[in-house]
Amino acid sequence: MHPVSRRTFLETSAAVGGGLLLGFTLPPLQRNEPFAPNAFVRIDRDGRVTLIMHKVEMGQGTYTSMPMLLAEELDVELSQVHLEHAPPDDARYAEPLFGVQETGGSTSVRGNWEPLRRAGATARALLVTAAAQTWKVDPSSCHAAQGQVIHGPTGRSLGYGALVAQAAALPVPGHVTLKDPKDFQLIGTPAKRLDAPEKVNGTAQFGIDVTVPGMKVATLAACPVFGGKLASVDATKAKAIKGVQQVVRLDDAVAVVADHMWAAKQGLAALDIRWDEGPNAKLSTADIVRQLAAASEQPGVVARNEGNAPKAMAGAARKVEAVYEVPFLAHATMEPVNCTVHVRPDGCDIWVGTQVPTFTQTAAAKLTGVPRDKVYVHNHLLGGGFGRRLEVDFIIRAVQIAQQVASPVKVVWTREEDIQHDMYRPYYYDRIAAGLDEHGMPIAWTHRIAGSSIMGRVINQLFPKTLRVMRAAGLHQLAAMVRGLDVDAVEGAAEPPYALPNIRVEYVRQEPPGVPTAFWRGVGPTHNIFVVESFMSELAAAARRDPVEYRLALLGESPRARAVLELAAQQASWGQPLPAGHGRGVSLLHAFGSYIAQVAEVSVSKAGDVRVHRVVCAVDCGTIVNPDTVKAQMESGIIFGITAALFGEITIKDGRVEQSNFNNYRMLRINEAPLVDVHLIKSTEAPGGIGEPGTSAVMPAVANAIFEATGRRIRKLPVKDQLR
Amino acid sequence: MVTLTVNGKAHTVDVPPDMPLLWVLRDVIGLTGTKFGCGVALCGACTVHLDGRPIRSCVTPVAAVVGKTITTIEAVAATPSGRKVQQAWLDLEVVQCGYCQSGQIMAAAALLATKPHPTDADIDAAMAGNICRCGTYPRIRAAIKQAALSKGA
Repeated sequence: MHPVSRRTFLETSAAVGGGLLLGFTLPPLQRNEPFAPNAFVRIDRDGRVTLIMHKVEMGQGTYTSMPMLLAEELDVELSQVHLEHAPPDDARYAEPLFGVQETGGSTSVRGNWEPLRRAGATARALLVTAAAQTWKVDPSSCHAAQGQVIHGPTGRSLGYGALVAQAAALPVPGHVTLKDPKDFQLIGTPAKRLDAPEKVNGTAQFGIDVTVPGMKVATLAACPVFGGKLASVDATKAKAIKGVQQVVRLDDAVAVVADHMWAAKQGLAALDIRWDEGPNAKLSTADIVRQLAAASEQPGVVARNEGNAPKAMAGAARKVEAVYEVPFLAHATMEPVNCTVHVRPDGCDIWVGTQVPTFTQTAAAKLTGVPRDKVYVHNHLLGGGFGRRLEVDFIIRAVQIAQQVASPVKVVWTREEDIQHDMYRPYYYDRIAAGLDEHGMPIAWTHRIAGSSIMGRVINQLFPKTLRVMRAAGLHQLAAMVRGLDVDAVEGAAEPPYALPNIRVEYVRQEPPGVPTAFWRGVGPTHNIFVVESFMSELAAAARRDPVEYRLALLGESPRARAVLELAAQQASWGQPLPAGHGRGVSLLHAFGSYIAQVAEVSVSKAGDVRVHRVVCAVDCGTIVNPDTVKAQMESGIIFGITAALFGEITIKDGRVEQSNFNNYRMLRINEAPLVDVHLIKSTEAPGGIGEPGTSAVMPAVANAIFEATGRRIRKLPVKDQLR
Repeated sequence: MVTLTVNGKAHTVDVPPDMPLLWVLRDVIGLTGTKFGCGVALCGACTVHLDGRPIRSCVTPVAAVVGKTITTIEAVAATPSGRKVQQAWLDLEVVQCGYCQSGQIMAAAALLATKPHPTDADIDAAMAGNICRCGTYPRIRAAIKQAALSKGA
């Protein structure tokens, strides 16, 4: 992290109602130029503290962890901090790690750990100075606590609200001292989620819950074949249904606008639609896999090249090779995608739950011709994100529909449309090999990944935000992207935590025709950790060594990785006997700034059905802000990952997605859920991410446990009926 | 015209008799705590109580609930088991994204109303129809057990 003495710039101005409006202008992490604000805090005359939230809440706990960072240094109770959704504004609210205003990539605590604490500390310093001046005493004789400034020698106190006007007139300190971590009162304690009460009593407002005066409800059918178009539609029967107001035609979709969702659904079912299926009408998953397999035979862009892997491989006592495949996956957030839009000649309102408010604004401005500052984005709670709401495809669709509707319109995807018109986690095809020495230890490692480049698409969409993004990404990543390397597609593969003296990792970009791809929980590592950690256990088996001990032998230079691995193994009673048909599998991850080790215990029935009984998870995510959130995110990520490992698969036939709802795109249910046992390592290192890595680490742990239980190696996900 | 009793209050609504209760609640009456997840009774997000029993409102025609008592998440706190379940949900920090939790709480409250001390198998049977994409299942199970032990008020 950055030295506390880093200069801080703070703008103050009188807020509406005479409050203190503190715009904290901070240099982006690790850059010297130009200064971009990261947070926006308001303190009213009644002492009310508002954190204008630039991060969204999709379950991962930001609505609690972000206020904790501010409240810790501002010396207020967590319950005193109120939240407002930030408006779209990259200049003020860009995520320091990405350069755009977004929530994703397990960045919220990592990116805002220092800016939000500094914001609180600066405000506290101003309020203390204001109180000292009021009392005409030395500021060093005053301290802040629970929303008040207290003069130690006399015990006098003033609430923050009473100090707001005076504080707003003070010059901003160029330097503030952050608390010594040993003095933290909130950070590191299990704070109650601030969003829990409204989610328990049904009053929480997700995007789909928006009601606007005069609003209609629409639902749609997009061409079932990727890349197809609407040829014609006969709406006669639909228009006769009571409650149906309008049928909207787009190039590749039809929507029915009605008084309520039921009439819209009935109307849609009554349409007689003809599609022009286009060039992908015969596309199947097998075609895509053939293309990927061929691509994986070609040399790729080098992601890492150390030592001389080909030479070491040639001289190895033994060579182990494998091909791994992971499928397309849909996000299937419990809240189907939806977006409410009102397009007017002079403006556009959008009510939605989105991870990317500025992309939303830009997309709507481009479509409607309305100036960006007249596109109002009203952000909401997200009923699950997992990467789905990092995309604006559904917002664009809703705006296109709303452009043809006079009133505000809420566009709601049915579950079937949500699954069949998602943007999918790419299918990846990996060739991996290792050369082992006479003791069975790897002296050569080659790994070539073939698959779609999500970064390649996203980078193209970023203009004109490109400069800010480039600054956030840094020269190293930028140079890699210019070479055609997708740094996400190789994350977790290019730099495994093991000592591998001769390693070569390559990436081959191969886009599936017509199938849109996108980030999915755990992003690059979700695919790569499965491959690397499964293969590492393959090597241990080839060497006839214990998979934990084998890994530990390669972790001499990585004490944090060793520590989580040893802790997970110990807590899982690694090495102790298990009933017949049961097995334990291990995995290790270093990604998102965190270290995680997992041990899964599974059983495989005679019929070939897999049951995950227990997952032990050891986490070193550096400094912990809210320990209960870390545990919850591990439980969550693990169960999300088991769903994918066992069942998750989107397949394509005749250009269409074959899955449609939870009957054929299956989710783990409570009767199938394992016990999850999470152990946290105390650390003063910089915070790491926790939303994604639980998912990434569990898939190989399960696959390795299946190997221990059955001797069968899973090299292709999902497991599904491979063991039957 | 159809007259429904929802959370103790009568609502007369002009909707077709085959319209699912879910959309009447959400789009006509304006009670949005009950959620749309799948539309075909596969996920449980739309669970409400009909005369105290859990039903999937997305596949229940409004004509089938006339003359019966409908309770939604907005009023489940008025039932003893609902109140205990909600409190246990808060105590154990069950929620994450929260979208499925209305349905989870309604299913759990109905379970406790008929089986005050459910076994793990009872919990599996009553709750397996409710999907949570955030994977809050371990906490849901623990919270149901805690609610069963609490005296409640």
